[in-house]
Amino acid sequence: MADDRQLREFTCDPKQRKVLVTDGKTALGQALVSGLAAAHAEIIWVGHTEPWKKFPGFDELQKIPQVTLLPLDVTDSKNVREAAAEIAGKVDILVNNAEIHRSFGIGNRQGVETARAEMDVNYFGLLRLAQEFGPAMRSRGADGKSSAVAWVNLLSVYAHANFPPHGTFSASKAAAHSLAQCLRAEMRPAGVRVVNVFPGPIDDEWNQLLPPPKLAPETLARSILSALREGVEDVYPGDVAQEWLARWRDNPKALERELSA
Amino acid sequence: MNVLTAFAEDLVKGKIKVVDLTQTLSPEFPNISLPPEMGQAWPFRIEEVSRYDERGPAWYWNNFSCGEHTGTHFDAPVHWISGKDLPNNATDSIPPERFIGPAFVIDCSKEATQDSDFLLTKAFIENWEANHGRIAPRSWVLMRTDWSKRHDPAEYQNYDEEGQHTPGPDVDAVKFLVAERDILGFGTESIGTDAGQAYHLRPPYPCHYYMHGAGRYGLQCLTNLDQLPPTGAVVIAAPLKIRNGSGSPLRVLALIHD
Repeated sequence: MADDRQLREFTCDPKQRKVLVTDGKTALGQALVSGLAAAHAEIIWVGHTEPWKKFPGFDELQKIPQVTLLPLDVTDSKNVREAAAEIAGKVDILVNNAEIHRSFGIGNRQGVETARAEMDVNYFGLLRLAQEFGPAMRSRGADGKSSAVAWVNLLSVYAHANFPPHGTFSASKAAAHSLAQCLRAEMRPAGVRVVNVFPGPIDDEWNQLLPPPKLAPETLARSILSALREGVEDVYPGDVAQEWLARWRDNPKALERELSA
Repeated sequence: MNVLTAFAEDLVKGKIKVVDLTQTLSPEFPNISLPPEMGQAWPFRIEEVSRYDERGPAWYWNNFSCGEHTGTHFDAPVHWISGKDLPNNATDSIPPERFIGPAFVIDCSKEATQDSDFLLTKAFIENWEANHGRIAPRSWVLMRTDWSKRHDPAEYQNYDEEGQHTPGPDVDAVKFLVAERDILGFGTESIGTDAGQAYHLRPPYPCHYYMHGAGRYGLQCLTNLDQLPPTGAVVIAAPLKIRNGSGSPLRVLALIHD
């Protein structure tokens, strides 16, 4: 049943598909890669920045037979263009999990450099990837058994309502969310689904100061894989994201005021 | 005939060789990265504005961005806290005659090949002087390590769990060059005029601390030092005139007479 041709068209099961995960350096990236490998993805390209620095988990990634590591820095247009020239015509599922997350609002960090770095990865990174990989994926929306099917964006539930302690990060994710809607509009006619993922705080080093509950990277990776298998467009994994979503749907203005408390 | 007309004549006749000591600015060239909680310098990035196309039919040009300390670059005294209050300590206020000077090239390539953490000592310099003559005041001292021949960025950066392993001068060598040789500045082939592990020296980053504290300059990420004689070359290293700039990428040229 899982291999039924029509079902494969309707959903985006990674089985026998070729996948690009844009950042393999994070715990989430590595959980995604091992999940995709277990789901029988055929090829998994794994991006990593600053290729001169060996990162934790590098050796484990190398051992996964489907994995090919690919130097990829979404802030470097030339690098993104060259990576696309090499593989964009083969990528069936692109998972853009590259992000920069710093915990600053407006008042507790001087200058704009950190906020600019967040925008450069979280917003412009998506734009660069979309410009270079989008056209090739659109052209392969009906390419036989293993066609281009999905584009996953790691956004944040803060994209809907700014979380002031992480205010500049929230703003960059709001920008990315808006651009992802544009991407969705451009990809939909070709049958490539844009999956937007809106997690609450992930249990990583940049959220150390936040109290639980936090989303384990492995749990988030599983949610993303389920969304692909089930053909879901908007994903709110975990309790925090679900609660924010409910409050936001109920009364966005009330949520904004509560967050400023 | 004065010295400049003679120079110009020899230049035209090809008797003066011009050696480019500059690495090409590109996104691939390794950049300095600090621990993530600190502010970060921009790596070199380039975006096309137009290329004889609908964005500009008859012309090609780019926008580029980078930090002051990117690629082959100049360090001004104001870069370091020890040089922050000196007069004429920034890229726009340094007297321009200071951008030209004789070069003394100390070959440490064998030592650096054997030991990535090689530290240039005062004794090593004195031994070099015994063979090549005393280092003249107001000159560039360039530490040749052949580090620029490491074309693989991983080998060039040379990180492991402890951090970066690249050669540089030790504390006494820097003090000696400043106090007893009165040099203009110190140049290296790796990222940093200090060694990769210089954080562990006392004081940390002695070349930055003492050179800039004494109003001297730094040149980093140099290349082609193997083409220079130990003495006799003249180096031209003029940074961009950035207002109160702490440094700048630049084209470094060396002149050698036949």
